[in-house]
Amino acid sequence: MTALRALGKRLYKGRWGYFFILPNFAIFAIFFLVPVVWSMVLSLLDYQWWGTEFVGLRNYQSLLGDRIFWKSIVNTAYYTLGVVPLWLAKALLVSALIFPFRKPIQTFFKAAFYLPHVTSAVIISMIWLWIFNPPFGLLNYLLRYVGIEPIAWLGNTRTAMPALIFMQVVMGGGSSIVLLSAAMNGIPAYLYEAAELDGAKPTQVFFRVTLPLLRPTLLYLVVTGTINSFQVFTNIYLMTSGGPQFSTTTIVYMIYDKAFSQFQFGPASAMAMVLFAITAVLAIVQFRWLGQEVEY
Amino acid sequence: MLLEDKRTRPRHYIAVLFLLAAALSAINPLYWMIMTAVQQPTLAVTFPPEWFPSNPTWINFQRFLARPGVMRWTTNSLFVALAVTGIQIFTSAMAGYAFAKKTFPGSNVIFYLYIASMMVPVQVTLVPLFLIMTSLGFQDTYAGLILPAIAGPFGVFLMKQFISTLPTELIEAAIIDGCGEVQTFGRVILPLAKPGLAVLGIFTFMGQWNQFLWPLIITNSANMRTLPVGLALLQEELPMQYGLLMAGATYAAIPMIVIFFMFQRYFLRGITVGALKG
Repeated sequence: MTALRALGKRLYKGRWGYFFILPNFAIFAIFFLVPVVWSMVLSLLDYQWWGTEFVGLRNYQSLLGDRIFWKSIVNTAYYTLGVVPLWLAKALLVSALIFPFRKPIQTFFKAAFYLPHVTSAVIISMIWLWIFNPPFGLLNYLLRYVGIEPIAWLGNTRTAMPALIFMQVVMGGGSSIVLLSAAMNGIPAYLYEAAELDGAKPTQVFFRVTLPLLRPTLLYLVVTGTINSFQVFTNIYLMTSGGPQFSTTTIVYMIYDKAFSQFQFGPASAMAMVLFAITAVLAIVQFRWLGQEVEY
Repeated sequence: MLLEDKRTRPRHYIAVLFLLAAALSAINPLYWMIMTAVQQPTLAVTFPPEWFPSNPTWINFQRFLARPGVMRWTTNSLFVALAVTGIQIFTSAMAGYAFAKKTFPGSNVIFYLYIASMMVPVQVTLVPLFLIMTSLGFQDTYAGLILPAIAGPFGVFLMKQFISTLPTELIEAAIIDGCGEVQTFGRVILPLAKPGLAVLGIFTFMGQWNQFLWPLIITNSANMRTLPVGLALLQEELPMQYGLLMAGATYAAIPMIVIFFMFQRYFLRGITVGALKG
């Protein structure tokens, strides 16, 4: 009784806290938490407008035999393995190179690299459809100078995915550059001075001082970058529709297609759960692997 | 000056050249979009392409704006983005204030739920959200476009970070002066949190203006389409009309580019504050 009364008292004392979180949390619960749980339930159902049936793990079983779904996982992994390391390398290189400059020049470059991020993926896709256009596009025109014959970049199973990765790496990395530069500017100057007094070369300073101290930021970027790359959709939808021959069909494109072209909500939810599981496992592995020795 | 040391001019001009080349290649597609948009429609698909249109024209923009639906898509996008931004700022500031300055049982667990939700791919909620919205009769309505977007972890996290930096004494002083809880929030916290609200507002507006997947799913009549969805439909309908398409893309991109240059420091700040570490 006393315990209950004490709890009641604490709840009463915290009433304004609940009051202030209520509007946001109610919406968050209805439109996020409930759907996440419902998605798990849906993945176990055969959901049709004429009636719903519990089918256990059958949706997952049929996914196991679905070769295109397997291919979509491979494609998504391919895309992520292409995009994340390249874009991180670009961001690291750019941040390291702008670091010695004065603030206004740093800001200029940060703004330049961030600019593509304020436009939507729809616009970026439209522009690159034009740039990749085989007879008239800018890319083939520029490549002609180095003696490369026009290529149908998006029409070929070998080049479609690399072309999408290339586009993402060229346009991306802006926010990572902002974050990495902020982290680099936060590294105390005396560490650099000490390294220089010890006779370290600039490359040594970068690999032995800068890089280890950037580890928390890099961890954050790897985790969020992986999650984002696993969710690639708009570029695929607009530029290739998953083709040619499913060579650019990603998991989210498949979920969209299953749910909103074929209206198979159960299998689509099972796919979403697989996506959820993969990104969760990857995040945990990355935290374990990169998270050790991080000091705050 | 020891501090100046790391800021000496880099001797490696290669580094500067690389930086310029990388920055140019990131911006060049946007440049190319604008150049194609002001190019004569017949010249857009000639070889070799012109870097500077010899005979620039507004004809592509005129043709784009004259298309049915464009005005409606624009108003839809603007209305949805403004509504989401207004409500999102307000509810996030309230929740951020509670998490930053109030103690109540369960606050840590609830906050952790928000943070963990950032790790969940949004596509997981897509199908159930669609079913909820259709069963409520919100398919193809503004409510359907707005409601799911008005609360989320990013805003709550950002506002908590921001309000945590405000001195607690101010709140105590307000209460001693006889302000109620709601008044304290409205008269003391909100005005002081303005820079944080601006950062959140800009990012929310940008996210909504550019939003594609959800509007694509929840709307189906031509009247309810937003600008990105309308553009995507146009791309499917007239894939070879590059002048027209690039004019449409420029039309949708320019507002965000202008906002970016006007509020650049809020953008740069939002990226660093909004990132949670470790």
